[in-house]
Amino acid sequence: MKPAPFEYCRADTLDEALELMAEFGAEASVLAGGMSLGPMLNMRLARPVAVVDINPVAALAGIREADGGVETGALCRQVDALGCGLLRDAVPLLAEALPFVGHFQTRNRGTLGGSVCHADPSAEIPLALLTLGGEIALRRKDRARTVPAEDFFEGIFVTAREPEEIVTALRWPRCGKGAGHAFAEIAQRHGDFAIAAVAASASVSARGAVTALSLGLGGVEDRPRLADLADFAGAPATPATAAEAAALAADRVDPIEDPKASAAYRRQLVRVLGARALERALERAAAPPC
Amino acid sequence: MSAGGGWVGAPVPRKEDEALLTGHARFIDDMEPVPGIRHAALLRSPHAHAEIRSVDVARAAAHSGVHGVLTGAHIAAAIGPIPSAVRVPIDYYPIALEKVRYAGEPVALVAADDRYVAEDALELIEVDYRPLPPVIDLKAAMAGDAALLHEAVGSNVVHRREFRYGDPETAFAEADRIVRLDWTFPRYSSTPMETYGAVAQFEPAPDRYTIWSNFQGPFILHALMSGALGVPGNRLRLITAPQSGGSFGIKQGMYPYLVLLAAASRLLGAPLKWIEDRLEHLVGSSSASNREDAVEAAFLSDGTLTGLSFRNVVDVGAYIRAPEPASVYRMHSASNGAYRVRNIAVDNRLVTTNRLPIGLNRGYGGPQFFFALERAMDAGARALGIDIAEIRRRNFVPRDAFPYCAPAGAIYDAGDYEAALDRTLELAGYDALRAERDRAKAEGRLFGIGLATAVEPSGSNMAYVTLAQTPEERARAGGRSGGLGTCTISIDPSGSVTVKTVSTPAGQGHATVAAQVAADALGLAPDDIDVVTEIDTLTGAWSLASGNYANRFSSVVVDAIGEAARSVAEKIRKVAAEDLEVAAEDVELADGAARVVGVPEKSLPFRRVAAKTHWHPAGLPDGMAPGVFETAILSPPGLGPPDEQDRVASAVTFGFICDLAAVEIDPGTGRIEVRKYVSVHDVGAQLNPLIVEGQIVGGFAHGIAGALMEEMVYDKDGNPLSGSFADYLCITAPEMPKLTIGHVDTPSPHTALGAKGMGDGCSMLAPTAIANAVADALGREDVEPPFTLNRLWSLAAEAGGDG
Repeated sequence: MKPAPFEYCRADTLDEALELMAEFGAEASVLAGGMSLGPMLNMRLARPVAVVDINPVAALAGIREADGGVETGALCRQVDALGCGLLRDAVPLLAEALPFVGHFQTRNRGTLGGSVCHADPSAEIPLALLTLGGEIALRRKDRARTVPAEDFFEGIFVTAREPEEIVTALRWPRCGKGAGHAFAEIAQRHGDFAIAAVAASASVSARGAVTALSLGLGGVEDRPRLADLADFAGAPATPATAAEAAALAADRVDPIEDPKASAAYRRQLVRVLGARALERALERAAAPPC
Repeated sequence: MSAGGGWVGAPVPRKEDEALLTGHARFIDDMEPVPGIRHAALLRSPHAHAEIRSVDVARAAAHSGVHGVLTGAHIAAAIGPIPSAVRVPIDYYPIALEKVRYAGEPVALVAADDRYVAEDALELIEVDYRPLPPVIDLKAAMAGDAALLHEAVGSNVVHRREFRYGDPETAFAEADRIVRLDWTFPRYSSTPMETYGAVAQFEPAPDRYTIWSNFQGPFILHALMSGALGVPGNRLRLITAPQSGGSFGIKQGMYPYLVLLAAASRLLGAPLKWIEDRLEHLVGSSSASNREDAVEAAFLSDGTLTGLSFRNVVDVGAYIRAPEPASVYRMHSASNGAYRVRNIAVDNRLVTTNRLPIGLNRGYGGPQFFFALERAMDAGARALGIDIAEIRRRNFVPRDAFPYCAPAGAIYDAGDYEAALDRTLELAGYDALRAERDRAKAEGRLFGIGLATAVEPSGSNMAYVTLAQTPEERARAGGRSGGLGTCTISIDPSGSVTVKTVSTPAGQGHATVAAQVAADALGLAPDDIDVVTEIDTLTGAWSLASGNYANRFSSVVVDAIGEAARSVAEKIRKVAAEDLEVAAEDVELADGAARVVGVPEKSLPFRRVAAKTHWHPAGLPDGMAPGVFETAILSPPGLGPPDEQDRVASAVTFGFICDLAAVEIDPGTGRIEVRKYVSVHDVGAQLNPLIVEGQIVGGFAHGIAGALMEEMVYDKDGNPLSGSFADYLCITAPEMPKLTIGHVDTPSPHTALGAKGMGDGCSMLAPTAIANAVADALGREDVEPPFTLNRLWSLAAEAGGDG
């Protein structure tokens, strides 16, 4: 379990990192927290010519308010996001999902940007970003662009990031008044990748009617998915609506099957966890804690 | 100190922990015992079953930094096959020759300047495989048209023996109720933090091998290794590292790799180091066996168990690798479990499949055996409408029957099974728990209670393995018996004491207990005594049974320590007696001194008396040998060979365990919650209650892991699906249910201190106790661990739950 030879390239600035990406392109792997890249290198599942270490790039760290939402630098460690009051208040769904990401020790090192770039279909951070309608900021030497999360995740470990690009930041919309969120997942052990994860987002009118409802699904298909629940606009914000919406989402998914779980079991989890999460999101939307 | 004033029995903190916790402990990977070491990596088969048409190592051998590349053909020219107790034509080599028989089997070895280069070179080896039909399903493997792993055997069933004790036919004919369970027990393993590791060195003139490793024994395998290497035993020197990072049995399975590395060192002319990585460990080390088939239990209507019939089909993996088939026979002589039943039939079939060969794993044969027996007890109780605790109470070997001779030959030394059951029920709040279960069921919830009991054999009679042979075969092979324990205690010229146990612990705390035992005999404190636990087969006092397995430390080794310590004490007292001008009987060793009984001011420091044996031989009592270097070699009492009726006293002591589990299953997700788990143990006299508790918790973790999530999964083509820690799910702290521990300890008459072995513990019972509770919760008996989310959800859905 030793990696194949690779060139280690340390970038001290974003420009240096972009230069290296321009040079190596698809032959480069970006090293952020290394929680997935490390094992993949050791198992020789990843065989980059160059590993571009962006950890010294100060410009990629940090959490700041931006355009009414919150921007997290690609290098923002999961532990720092968990401890950030601004994120907890403005993006409560992320705060609820982060304790499910790996373990205490891996969250000290793992980054938000790294998880999004790795694009494991069952990962919590991509699911939260998708459910909230967040965006991914990317740079390459000659261009900066922003991609909505719903266009970014293309399959298992496959994203819209181009070979020469680096993810620089994630943009998280702020949780508004009348909105509520909830997160739930099931894994065999705490900290494992979820067999199924659900992220619910709801908005409720002052009269108690649903104005927006969505359910993000992780670990169920080959990428995080948003179930289309537009039909529930106008429905009462009740547990029955939550259950009905989750049942609809469960009917519409096309679950993957692996040795851990059958497709039928994953569909069941969408139904059960989805109902539980949607119900909590509706409650929170009707009586926001903040 | 303990209540009795001695160190034995006191909760003495472990001597080992300071070095372990501060990072100063030395493990095999820390060792560079000789200069010029090259690093080995192994190419492993990606196929479960395939013919090797050719292996081209030219590119790998030419790779920069590579010292040499060896294939099975090279190795087979240098060594002989490694035999087992089952006499079948299987030539087992530690590397594949003409065929690969499991995915992960070594095919080639690269030695290079470092492990990175060695792994680079592995990718340059070209093997031409012709895939053969994989043999994975046990029933299919036994069918007449199955592909054969070993053509010369003519069948995948490599061993079959049937046994009969008492009159099982009559018992079944006259039974009021016969309960039959078809069962399957999964394959899982031990996954110690530290994997296998070794440095092997060949030296010529004359030929000899030295191997440093974290091998745990049993050292009966030393003879097989020297035999395969073609040298007498004194030319194969095995040395273990000062510390081993866990084993739980699995580090027995490394001995074929030691033979491979030793042969490779000879062929390549350099010492070789190999540290197994986790991917290798999960596909290429060893594991417990998966077993299946049926158990039948004959009951009278009052719940009396009158007969048992076990049919065991055991998956041994690709080869039958010594000491297998021991795992099938370890529990054999205790086939009645904790019960009085005398009529027992056993039919054992061992089957080779394209899986990893099996070997020692905590509980060694116990988890599988008790799964059959104790599931049948709960099922029998339900069938007869008798409470699961009551049916056991009616059948237990009674407390006045010890020592009890079991029908298949085991001698149960001491016990009070009823009292242990009572304690279990008391700790569980059994009546309230049953009421809670009944209420939950009435509400449609999936709530169940399960019980399981076990006798725990400790300190193996090495002869039990020969039950695999017929009485005639045994007679031809010559007598086998016993399980020697050894210990050497020496005192150097400064008067300080060193205890050498050769017990190769892997974290159990042997050094602490050895120091306690010696301290009591010598009137010292444990901190005054240094303990060396590793083995060096060239310089230490050891024997076939040496090593770390079968709960043998407290049941055998401790007595050897005590015997050696008493010899030393006797000598010190005699020396002191002369200087104190009293009789030796009037000298006691206490508080670091030799002093006159009743006249404590008449005393000499222990160190001074001990040092005199070196510094002043002429001043010693007449006829006394100078120095202190006492070796005790003891054979525990009563461990004879199997008799002609296949009865054998298989172990020195038999502890007892009673486990109760209460579970609730969420029908929506299949999540199981262990609401209560109580485990009451009889470990005999406790030598160190801290260590006893640690062992019980550890055994519980291993057992609950097998019950809930750990499984070595192979697909129908024989591909390992649990080849990394992302897929082989070791239990971790957050998944551990709360464990309530109790004790009803009855001292063993078979050991000097009354201790029994106790390391297997709940690893033997937790899968069964949980399965029994799941069966109760779901109202069906066909439940098989591991009770993963998906499996339980499916079972619950079939049982009529939500979903």
